[in-house]
Amino acid sequence: MAEVVVRNLVKTYAASAHRATDDVSLEVADGEFVVLVGPSGCGKTTLLRMVAGLETPDSGTVHIGGRDVTGLPARQRRVSMVFQSYAIFPHMRVRQNIGFGLAMRKVDRQELERRVQRAAELLQLEDYLDRFPAQLSGGQRQRVAVARAIVVDADVLLMDEPLSNLDALLRLQFRTELKKLVRQLGTTTLYVTHDQAEAMSLGDRVAVMRDGRIAQIGTPLAVYDRPDEQFVGGFLGAPPMNFFPAQVRLRGADPQLVVGEDTWPAPAHLKAYADRSVLVGVRAENIQVTADPPAAGPGAQPGWSAAVVEVVEPTGAAVLLTVRLDTHQLKVQAPPGFPARPDDTVWLRSAPEMLRFFDPETSLALVTT
Amino acid sequence: MRRPWARAAAVQAACVAITLFMAVPMYLIALAALSSRESLNRFPLPLLPTDLSTETMSAFLRSTGVVPAFLNSLQVGLGTLVLSLLVGVPAGWALARYAFRGKEPYQLFLLLTRALPIVVLSVPLAKVFLTSGLYDTTYAVTLLHTALALPTTVLITAAVFVGVPRDQEEAAMIFGATPVQAFLRVVVPQALPGVAAAAMFAFVLSWNEVLGATILTLNQRTLPAQVLSTLSDSPLAYRFAGGLALVLPALLFIALMRRYLLNMWGATLR
Amino acid sequence: MTELADQPVLRERPDRPAPRRPARRVPTPVLLIAPSLIFMTALFVWPTVVAVGQAFTGDDGPTAAYVRRMVDDPSFWPAVRYTALLIVVLIPIQFAFALTMALLLRERPRFAGVYFYLWVVPLAISDLAAGLVWLSIFTDRGYLNSVLDHLGVAGYSWLQFDHPVTMFLAVMVAELWRATSLVLVIVVAGLQGIPKDYDEAAAVFGATYWQRLRHVLLPQLRPSLQVAVILRTILALQTFAVAQALTGRNLPLLVGETYRWYNALLNPNVAAALALVVLGVSLLAAAGYLRLLREHPEARG
Ligand SMILES: Nc1ncnc2c1ncn2[C@@H]1O[C@H](COP(=O)(O)OP(=O)(O)O)[C@@H](O)[C@H]1O
Ligand SMILES: [Mg+2]
Repeated sequence: MAEVVVRNLVKTYAASAHRATDDVSLEVADGEFVVLVGPSGCGKTTLLRMVAGLETPDSGTVHIGGRDVTGLPARQRRVSMVFQSYAIFPHMRVRQNIGFGLAMRKVDRQELERRVQRAAELLQLEDYLDRFPAQLSGGQRQRVAVARAIVVDADVLLMDEPLSNLDALLRLQFRTELKKLVRQLGTTTLYVTHDQAEAMSLGDRVAVMRDGRIAQIGTPLAVYDRPDEQFVGGFLGAPPMNFFPAQVRLRGADPQLVVGEDTWPAPAHLKAYADRSVLVGVRAENIQVTADPPAAGPGAQPGWSAAVVEVVEPTGAAVLLTVRLDTHQLKVQAPPGFPARPDDTVWLRSAPEMLRFFDPETSLALVTT
Repeated sequence: MRRPWARAAAVQAACVAITLFMAVPMYLIALAALSSRESLNRFPLPLLPTDLSTETMSAFLRSTGVVPAFLNSLQVGLGTLVLSLLVGVPAGWALARYAFRGKEPYQLFLLLTRALPIVVLSVPLAKVFLTSGLYDTTYAVTLLHTALALPTTVLITAAVFVGVPRDQEEAAMIFGATPVQAFLRVVVPQALPGVAAAAMFAFVLSWNEVLGATILTLNQRTLPAQVLSTLSDSPLAYRFAGGLALVLPALLFIALMRRYLLNMWGATLR
Repeated sequence: MTELADQPVLRERPDRPAPRRPARRVPTPVLLIAPSLIFMTALFVWPTVVAVGQAFTGDDGPTAAYVRRMVDDPSFWPAVRYTALLIVVLIPIQFAFALTMALLLRERPRFAGVYFYLWVVPLAISDLAAGLVWLSIFTDRGYLNSVLDHLGVAGYSWLQFDHPVTMFLAVMVAELWRATSLVLVIVVAGLQGIPKDYDEAAAVFGATYWQRLRHVLLPQLRPSLQVAVILRTILALQTFAVAQALTGRNLPLLVGETYRWYNALLNPNVAAALALVVLGVSLLAAAGYLRLLREHPEARG
């Protein structure tokens, strides 16, 4: 077991002009499960490969368990890895594939057999040990790749989108199994995915990457709930966070938001932004919606705004509405069976503490103290 | 629409006709080479193998120069095989694994060399070899044949190595292999059949090449060179036996290499 | 970065140099291709230069004497004519034949594997061997005349020097037999690259077999076919041993003449001049090839 400390890693590929990773720093505590998530091409794989020793950084350092491994080849870093393509060896049987790392490290035969057997049991591969990879299904190959990675008892387990080649149902199933397995092993894990749901469900902490940098890192809930920038809110969650511009107005001592023609109550800390425009972020499930006109008629009860329904998508557990509020499109999560049809008018509001605010210029979260 | 069975029957008939065109000459040369001298002198020639004998074949093998030429052919073929692999495999590896400046021109150069007729190389090479003392040695022929086989060897091995994903090598290195170990334990086992095919290709090319071998040698003939240079003053029986001796390895080669034919001639030799 | 080299490296030998020294040596791939580059320059480029020297320099300086001797030789123009005729007549027939074979195989008849094997065996048969195989058939007391005799038809001297038409036909049949397999594998490989979907889609929309062939299959096969044409042209230019085995030198071809000048007339200079003629025509074909590659990069394979 060991912690991973990455400092100021910069990498520019020979063929390209921009930095694949741009001064990335990251710490993964001993036994922690950190997920790197971000859109395709943001540098996740590059970062992982530099930790693995498959790519040499232009500058910056990697420490594993207190040891500076920046210049060490992969085989001396005591890491293990699951590749996106699985990269299992087609000319070896499952048994030899799983035992490859142990054989390379000259573990004695009996010990090797025992550990391969145990790993195979953990991943339900006992019946396939003497098959060749070509005789396995995609899901089974993926298990072989995981078994090969866990059997070596590495200090750090690296995984690059290990589930992305599976179909949706298997992916969900393996996600759960993988989480259980890694919990049992307690190995420090760095896991790459572009799937935000996978990131949220697996990680002790989630690092959201964008353009070669880490935009935000924190527990899944913290990152989901309090995004540091608009990009993070827009990337995590299905549907992603809603954004719309609003004006901050003071009414007496209390700040208010002017959204189109309506006013919404705002949290007290927005006072500092009086008479400025802000970008409001709110999650679909944090918007209250009602089909009946609020008791005293529109406008009488402050905070309810009328919106026009455009699309209704029942998802079973809820009804997802796409509505137009003023000129902005919002996704709103209504309770199941919510009676709405396209072109209906519905009323929306949100508790002030559920609203997030961003600077419209920089897209960064407003400092709220 | 025609009835399906009629269509299938027409296809079968056409296939059989073509097969006869391809196979009957091979049968006839075998028949001729395995007939006794006496039956070859008969007319009309018997069309069925009623009078088989090894007389013609063994007379051919006993003629002056045939056995040494056979040995020379073997030596040149193996030499070509080894040399073209030694020089070609690293280049194929470079094409498969690295992006480097000059890669495109290099590939064009490879393709261009295929357009150079053997005769253009052979005549001046004879002069060059004469001055360097290589003339009339199996080494001279080996060098020529290696040059002819090399572009194909490079392109085939490049295709073979591309077929082993870089990922797998990296996985081996993650799990404790040195780069050399990764190459030996992961790349080599998977590349071996393809490289063997490339090797066979080089051997067959050398085994079959006649013009260059004839021009570059006087006494150290390869088998085709020997047959060609004695063609005009040898009896028909000798020529038929020579024909069979040259055809037989082809049957064997194609049988062994069936899986790779499309790769070698179809895709790579373009 | 520099201090990394001095780090203790577990138990293993430091078999890897310190990463990224500022002063770079020759890049690895260049080292890897260097031997082949040197080898091929020595055996392709250098001889070509020597050939030009042989053809155009005499004992005292540059001369066109060898070229004149070559052109004045009574066999020269017949050789040019026969070589050109061979290419013009043989190649279209060969392609029609190969396409037919490939399309028959695409029908997946029973025994397709056996057929394919037998049809491609000539790939590995030398031109000399092919000539000898067909000699057993076309020679005066050979199998063809024997069959005719069995049928009660009088024989014919197919390969006699004053029967140029049948002589030429014999060479052509032998070449068709030997060299069609090369076109076949190129076409079959090309067909494999064409998804069956297109074909099936066209069939669903009611196209007849010929319409599909004409408008779906052939256009997609074009790059393969073009490449095959050029390759076969270059190879057909070099036809030599087949004619030698069948007709001696009664049917002159360019490369055969080169061989004669070199071997029988012992004049390497004229031989070199002839070789350069073959080279010139081949390079023209190759230039077409390269232009094709630029237009269809996928044809490189
Ligand atoms: N081998 C390479 N050569 C050149 N550029 C590369 C290479 N690998 C990745 N890149 C570029 O680096 C950036 C980051 O890539 P990567 O780390 O693979 O992203 P991700 O895994 O997040 O999708 C991308 O812009 C990609 O195009
Ligand atoms: Mg990636």
